[in-house]
Amino acid sequence: MGGRFLPCTRRARRYLHGMGAETVNTAAQMLEYRPEGLFCPAGEFFIDPVRPVPRALITHGHADHARAGHGAVLATAQTLDIMAIRYGADFAGAQQAADGPVRLGDVTARFVPAGHVLGSAQVVIDGPGGRAVVSGDYTRTPSPACAPFEPVPCDLFVTEATFGLPVFRHPDPGAEIARLLASVAAFPERAHLVGAYALGKAQRVIMLLRAAGWDGPIYLHGALERLCAYHIAQGVALGDLRPATVARGRKGDFAGAIILAPPSAFAATWAQRFPDPVIAFASGWMQIRARARQRGVELPLVISDHVDWPQLTATIAELDPAETWITHGREDALLRWCALTGRAARPLNLVGYEDEAE
Amino acid sequence: MRAFARLLENLAFAPRRTAKTQHLLRHFATQPDPARGLALAALTGDLELRAVRPTLLRALVAERTDEVLFAASYDHVGDLAETIALIWPGPEHGADASLPDLVAELQAASRAELPGIVARRLDSLGTSERYAYLKLATGGLRVGVSGRLARAAVADYGGLDLAEVEEIWHGLSPPYTALFAWAEGAAKPASAARAPFRPVMLSTPTDPDALRALPPAEFAAEWKWDGIRVQAVADGGVRRLYSRTGEDISAAFPDVIAALGFDGVLDAELLIRRGAAVAPFGDLQKRLGRKGVGARMLESHPAALRAYDLMLWQGRDLRAQPFAARRAALEFAVAAIDHPRIDLSPLLPFGNWDDLAALRADPPHPVIEGVMIKPRASPYLAGRIKGHWFKWKRDPMVVDAVLMYAQRGHGKRSGYYSDFTFGLWDGDALVPVGKAYFGFTDAELRALDRFVRANTIERFGPVRAVRPDKVIEVAFEGLNRSTRHKSGVAMRFPRIARIRDDKPPEQADRLETLLEMLPE
Ligand SMILES: [Zn+2]
Ligand SMILES: [Zn+2]
Repeated sequence: MGGRFLPCTRRARRYLHGMGAETVNTAAQMLEYRPEGLFCPAGEFFIDPVRPVPRALITHGHADHARAGHGAVLATAQTLDIMAIRYGADFAGAQQAADGPVRLGDVTARFVPAGHVLGSAQVVIDGPGGRAVVSGDYTRTPSPACAPFEPVPCDLFVTEATFGLPVFRHPDPGAEIARLLASVAAFPERAHLVGAYALGKAQRVIMLLRAAGWDGPIYLHGALERLCAYHIAQGVALGDLRPATVARGRKGDFAGAIILAPPSAFAATWAQRFPDPVIAFASGWMQIRARARQRGVELPLVISDHVDWPQLTATIAELDPAETWITHGREDALLRWCALTGRAARPLNLVGYEDEAE
Repeated sequence: MRAFARLLENLAFAPRRTAKTQHLLRHFATQPDPARGLALAALTGDLELRAVRPTLLRALVAERTDEVLFAASYDHVGDLAETIALIWPGPEHGADASLPDLVAELQAASRAELPGIVARRLDSLGTSERYAYLKLATGGLRVGVSGRLARAAVADYGGLDLAEVEEIWHGLSPPYTALFAWAEGAAKPASAARAPFRPVMLSTPTDPDALRALPPAEFAAEWKWDGIRVQAVADGGVRRLYSRTGEDISAAFPDVIAALGFDGVLDAELLIRRGAAVAPFGDLQKRLGRKGVGARMLESHPAALRAYDLMLWQGRDLRAQPFAARRAALEFAVAAIDHPRIDLSPLLPFGNWDDLAALRADPPHPVIEGVMIKPRASPYLAGRIKGHWFKWKRDPMVVDAVLMYAQRGHGKRSGYYSDFTFGLWDGDALVPVGKAYFGFTDAELRALDRFVRANTIERFGPVRAVRPDKVIEVAFEGLNRSTRHKSGVAMRFPRIARIRDDKPPEQADRLETLLEMLPE
């Protein structure tokens, strides 16, 4: 394991600095993996646990990270709001909005923006062993729909690796949106249905459309409405949004329209109400042709809210942690990269995180 | 090149044939000669390039990326050209180069120059163009466009008759300037080539209910042999053997070519036949897809034709004649050819459909996959036209097997566990008997994928062993003995016909049941 791996003096110094405490003497000992999820024994809390626990810190509102039924939840105010929208106001026994550092047992935890979705945060844990950062899901591609990722140098960095293969190099999202608008111009008689997940991706796509100059209405599937309304209430200017309801016999109303829907809607007859729809899908997975074809996508849009390979590796290089833990995704490739660059790393093989739904 | 790259993207994702045709029409209308003709040749597989081999590409990429990272990426992406296009340390948006220049460069390149040329191009092109360039250079476009669809699009573009385009196609060569000129109003190019391919007549499936409405006396029937359908052409000393889609397969069958000592066009089944004994399809497979064939293979796997129809004979086109007349001419022609490698597909005697059903249920030979039913009055028509020729296939064989292993799919199925190994009971152990990658619906695939993920008991790389809990009905077309398989048999064309969630695993079939299905 990586604890004995001391490749550079800066990292070594940080290790030695933590040696004073008897029980917790390195950052790597501040966290451990249990069946419920990642656990901090010195603070007696879990981060993004997949089963109900007495105390949970939640990085962001995606359903695989934020589950209902915990005793107490500490998260950003926006993540708490989003959980309440999804699960009802009583989703946990007690709720606390993180506002600055919070003392938990022998450690302090604070929430720092992760750039992934509205309210998403990295959990920064400072304790006698040093500093651990649990990044949750994150991206370095900025979006006007949420606060950008803030790098926090640390001793232990816990990262996702959803797109942890060197083939994932996400193109400029502006260019992807330009392809969507070009298709709308080329097929003015067809409706354009864009698959996008309700929290984060939908708003990212809408803000990209606005930035590209699309001022017209954007139509929404009912499943996206509440979270879009919440973004507007939080000051994200999504513009003219309308429900995608078709009046009887008025199919033609949607010719040339852009409609956002959760990808699951395309499997249902819902999509057939629109005129000869072009099925588009905004996802980092769309970089792989086979994935697009599998889903019957005619216009794949490579728009992601996760780090791609260059961002992932650059982030680790920038933070330069003594050790990197990989929660979910393509841990095999990232481990290899860490080995090649002389970095200590360890896979956690966490189960329960949905790396496909992006 | 950018236009060609965009065409490939559009074709790859276009959901329907009509959409693909639209993209092709737009390309032909907007691109100049010779770029559009070279694109057409690339799609039809007629572009003669010094093929860039996968080993060359792997060597180039190995100099630039870590071997393990590349392998993991390739495993995920499932397509070599796509993996290299994405992983290559080149720009996202690069310089453009014209398709004719790239083709000319690849055509002129010596073997020694090739790696340097390919690497330089990959360094300067953008991601999408890198992909198109690699597809072009390796010759495997695979964008869901057959040669026939591409030719049909040219016909559409010029309002030409597809059958006429098909007939002159083998006399044309890239970049098809004369063909596009014809499509745009100039004169039809003269068919320069001897022994051209003519579009074949295809059948539609039928069943007992549909047959009941038809008068048996107006139909002829014959066996549907399990080889491959071919067209044998001999024209003024030029001899060619074509597959039913018009691919020239002469090079792989010099023994058949040697037998074409006549002047005419035969429609026939290509089989491996030793004396009078027709060999199973597996034997024929050994000779398919080759550029040449050795003396030993010619002796151990001799090919032969079994004639179904006569399209032309000594300069006379018989295609407008009714089947009955062509059949009489065919019998005469086969007798006149008088070559041991060419015989006649016999007509079946039957008075009513029940007689035919009885013959079909118990064919005299395992290399028969059903019966063909043809109206005596039908002319020979190009394509798959309803209401003329019917195929009535033998029911497939089936066994209920237990799912044992699953492997992550490649290409279209990357991300799903879609390659399944299944087994039958031998005593109280399961013996793997085959692999199937298709037959299931998308919904069944997702259900199987979920089962595999939830019931994995062991992992070896991309393969998972699963709890023996899932029974699947496997349908297959035939069975051969095989020393390469643990079970001693190999299934032909196995696919998953149904998921038998109603059946507990211990009630799946036993190996003995399968062995009893072997021919002999
Ligand atoms: Zn997430
Ligand atoms: Zn996640």
